Amino acid sequence: MRTLPFDPLLAAIAFPLASALVIACGLPKRWSVRLAYVAFAVPLLLALHTWWHFDASPKVAGYAFLTQYSTGLDAVGISLKLGLNGIAMPLFLLAGLVGFAAGLYALQSQAERLKLYLLLLLVMQGGLMGVFASVDVLFLYFFHELALIPTFIMVGVWGGRDRAYAAMKLTIYLTLGAMLSLAGLIAIYARSGANSFDLMALRDHLARFPLDQALQGNLFGLLLVGLGVLVSLFPLHTWAPLGYGAAPSSNAMLHAGVLKKFGLYTLIQVALPLLPAGHAAWASPLAWLAVLGNVLIIGFVTLAQRDLKQMIGYSSVMHMGYAFLGIATGTAVGVGGAVFLMVAHGLSVALLFLLATSVHHRTQTFALDEMGGLARPAPVLAAFLAAATFAGIGLPGFANFWGELAVFVALWQFSPAVTAVAVAGVVISAIYGLRALAQVCFGPATPRMEEVAARHPPADLRWSERVPALVLLTALLALGFWPRAISDPIHAALAAPATAAAAPSAR
Amino acid sequence: MTLEAAKLAAANNLWGAILPELMLAGVALLLLALEILLPRRQHAVLADLAGAGILGTLLGLCFNWDSGMLGSETFGGLLYHSTSGQLLRAFFLIAAFLTCVIARLTLARQKMPRVEFYHLLLICTAAMMLLAQTNHLLMLFVTLETLTIALYVLVSYHRTSPASLEAGLKYVLMGALSSGLLLFGITLLYGVAGNPSLAGHAARPFHYADLAAFLTANPNHFLASLGIVLVLAGVAFKIGAFPFQIWVPDVYQGAPTPVTAFLAVASKAAGFAVLLGLCGPGALFSSYAWLTTPVLTAMAAASLLFGNLAALTQHNVKRLLGLSGVSHAGFLLLGVVAAGATPMALGAIYFYLFAYLLAAFAVFGVMAHVAGPDDADQELDHYAGLAKESPFLAGVLTVGLGSLAGIPPLAGFMGKLFIFLAAFQAGARAMLAVAIVGVVVSIYYYFGWIRAAYFETWTLPADAAAGPTRPARTPVGLLAGVTLGVLALASVVIGFYPGPLGHWLAMR
Repeated sequence: MRTLPFDPLLAAIAFPLASALVIACGLPKRWSVRLAYVAFAVPLLLALHTWWHFDASPKVAGYAFLTQYSTGLDAVGISLKLGLNGIAMPLFLLAGLVGFAAGLYALQSQAERLKLYLLLLLVMQGGLMGVFASVDVLFLYFFHELALIPTFIMVGVWGGRDRAYAAMKLTIYLTLGAMLSLAGLIAIYARSGANSFDLMALRDHLARFPLDQALQGNLFGLLLVGLGVLVSLFPLHTWAPLGYGAAPSSNAMLHAGVLKKFGLYTLIQVALPLLPAGHAAWASPLAWLAVLGNVLIIGFVTLAQRDLKQMIGYSSVMHMGYAFLGIATGTAVGVGGAVFLMVAHGLSVALLFLLATSVHHRTQTFALDEMGGLARPAPVLAAFLAAATFAGIGLPGFANFWGELAVFVALWQFSPAVTAVAVAGVVISAIYGLRALAQVCFGPATPRMEEVAARHPPADLRWSERVPALVLLTALLALGFWPRAISDPIHAALAAPATAAAAPSAR
Repeated sequence: MTLEAAKLAAANNLWGAILPELMLAGVALLLLALEILLPRRQHAVLADLAGAGILGTLLGLCFNWDSGMLGSETFGGLLYHSTSGQLLRAFFLIAAFLTCVIARLTLARQKMPRVEFYHLLLICTAAMMLLAQTNHLLMLFVTLETLTIALYVLVSYHRTSPASLEAGLKYVLMGALSSGLLLFGITLLYGVAGNPSLAGHAARPFHYADLAAFLTANPNHFLASLGIVLVLAGVAFKIGAFPFQIWVPDVYQGAPTPVTAFLAVASKAAGFAVLLGLCGPGALFSSYAWLTTPVLTAMAAASLLFGNLAALTQHNVKRLLGLSGVSHAGFLLLGVVAAGATPMALGAIYFYLFAYLLAAFAVFGVMAHVAGPDDADQELDHYAGLAKESPFLAGVLTVGLGSLAGIPPLAGFMGKLFIFLAAFQAGARAMLAVAIVGVVVSIYYYFGWIRAAYFETWTLPADAAAGPTRPARTPVGLLAGVTLGVLALASVVIGFYPGPLGHWLAMR
């Protein structure tokens, strides 16, 4: 059922990019700001539209809103094919939501060179919508890179501490990850013999003529390393806390919240269905690496952080471990849980980065030891921060709960030992989350905090900050109370025969 | 060519086949004549005339694309006309025009005589265009020498600058060595192929077709192998591939910026035109693939690694571009290696060359605006704060460098992607790994340049008495602005929608 006279997916990609182009061509600042409001809202509205009509719209192999545009490279099997399946749709919605919130937060941030800031953010937004709407594997990668470039520049120009170093490190790590992933994707293309980058064609072809087992193992390993860098899989994670610590808030929201999910998304959409034997070979090492590295070691590292933003950065690395665990199980429940967790984590980490910056405006520091008693002058901020922390820990009522639950349920069948360590990780995340919350909001004000308060009395959250935070929190709660809104399509997509074959026969 | 052949050519109206080259040569001579006739204060118009002549030739070429000669030999087999040849002709004309645009900026600043510059540029371009269609080893040597000698003069054109003169001298010495190697290789091939005691000896050993037949009949001849290696060495000098890249940094730095751009793009492309004629699919040396493939593979790998690693430590942007150009040569060589196995590689090389043309000229155009009167003195530090002072130049620079680095959505990414695909289909997987390492390393220095333009702010040196050490920037004029804008836009558009160009180049 198509109710719009145009392709919603293409419009969601093209509108922010076109707006960025218009701003680049020298639109005056006042009009740029107005255009940016519209350009951040349009993808969200279109994403909501696709979510609402998803069930009712006709599907081809699970993909709704399917369209194909030629870019003149059909002979090598490259074309801009857009569509959403049950896995892509929730993430498409996530990109719309977080993009809108990050955009609104950027518009009120009074950043220096605001026009360039908005322009880059819009490019990022367009790229993100493209990542999750692409059915063509090459365009999946293409849009990811498109969204990645603004990150490099934004960290470098508007970044905080160590921005030059952080920008450089981020660039090199992420380029390395992207190039390895590209090599893996090209290898799949070349070795499959399908002569097409179209994911649907690749699935059909490889379902009939699977690659031999050793090759699948090698390709999966290559993709795992490449995409692992992008998703901060231990021990390739060191760019993430540093980069997020330095990145400007809106950029950190979009990158940690949405863009980073590209790696997991590609593993789920491309690697699992196309390389089932490869997944079977790697499932156990991946599970142990994720649980010992990302969950346990990074969990303890997060405990030791004395800087709010770094702490959020590390906690985001830790939570990626749970998503990897879900992928390692390979079952519909586990992978579905990972997808759900990706959406939930995207919303909650974006909210945390947003609030951390708002805290910084009031305390002039990110150092946890120098904060205290912010709940008295800023009760709304404290309430939001508490809610975001609870969501991050995975309390029932928030979306994260369902994701973690599904992962744990699937993980128990996979390996009880891994599950035990993973559950212990939740305790760690509760400790550092609650401790940080207490240090920021409650207790007596530190001398340094009093000093700052004397010069700039901290005000409560302004409405321009509340709206984006509310958007994210509402989504977190809505999914917490009504998980079926996205879990049904996710499950339907994973239960389809193409991916059911991906369930590992071996433990 | 004998007199009879010339008469025959005239009678058959074969001159039409090289009409574009004749037009360029005509304009070149006209420039010299007008310099004598026109009063000195009107000499500025000659630069415009040169640019207009190139554009006119390009238009003529496009309108008469299928000249009716495609797929046929002319001038007794000296030239062979093909679609690839037409493509490269257009490529060299575009490069020459863009060089003119940059030269208008820098020559005015240096108060240099202009007419000779454009004259030599036109001659050089005409020679390259003939080179792209050559079908005869002597024709190859003569056109290569014509363009090289013109470049000797152009490199040392800034005659009051010691750096330019040094660059010229180095280029002459290295060029002479490479010409010697090439000629020796040709001589060996001629001698062997013309030896009547060998099976299948050629009646016309200089002609590609005859020589190829001889080489096929004698696929393991030692002297022929030696000749082939020497010819390849001579060509490797032109494209600046390892281990024949030693002249690159000094010459690129010393030469005037437009000449550096022309060297980096057109001269490199000319080298690849020759290489494709020699080692491409079904070309002259295809029966010696057992020899050329390992040699070219080794050169590609070494160029990729050396170029990128050496560029890491450069602070002078011209040297940086020169060394990164070595790595681009490595990429293209990878394409040439793959061309033996998959027909797609040929299109990939042409696409890569066009993407490189767009990106490199965008960057050189920005450099011409940022540099001062001393062309050799172009440090990375000079770019500090460019984004604040001139967002337009910084934007063009970012697009250009991003495309050179191969970042999507720019044309350079598509070029690299096609080369990757071709290399993978040809089974050169180890090479692919080397190329990926090269890309990651290259990000560091390209990004460092962008960082200088965006993140750093220019501060006056501590002793203010010494004055600012950074040359004043040239304001962006209309022609240069439009040209740079078109180049940047083309890189973006082709990256997003490689359609027509990609279809035309890569998918034929």
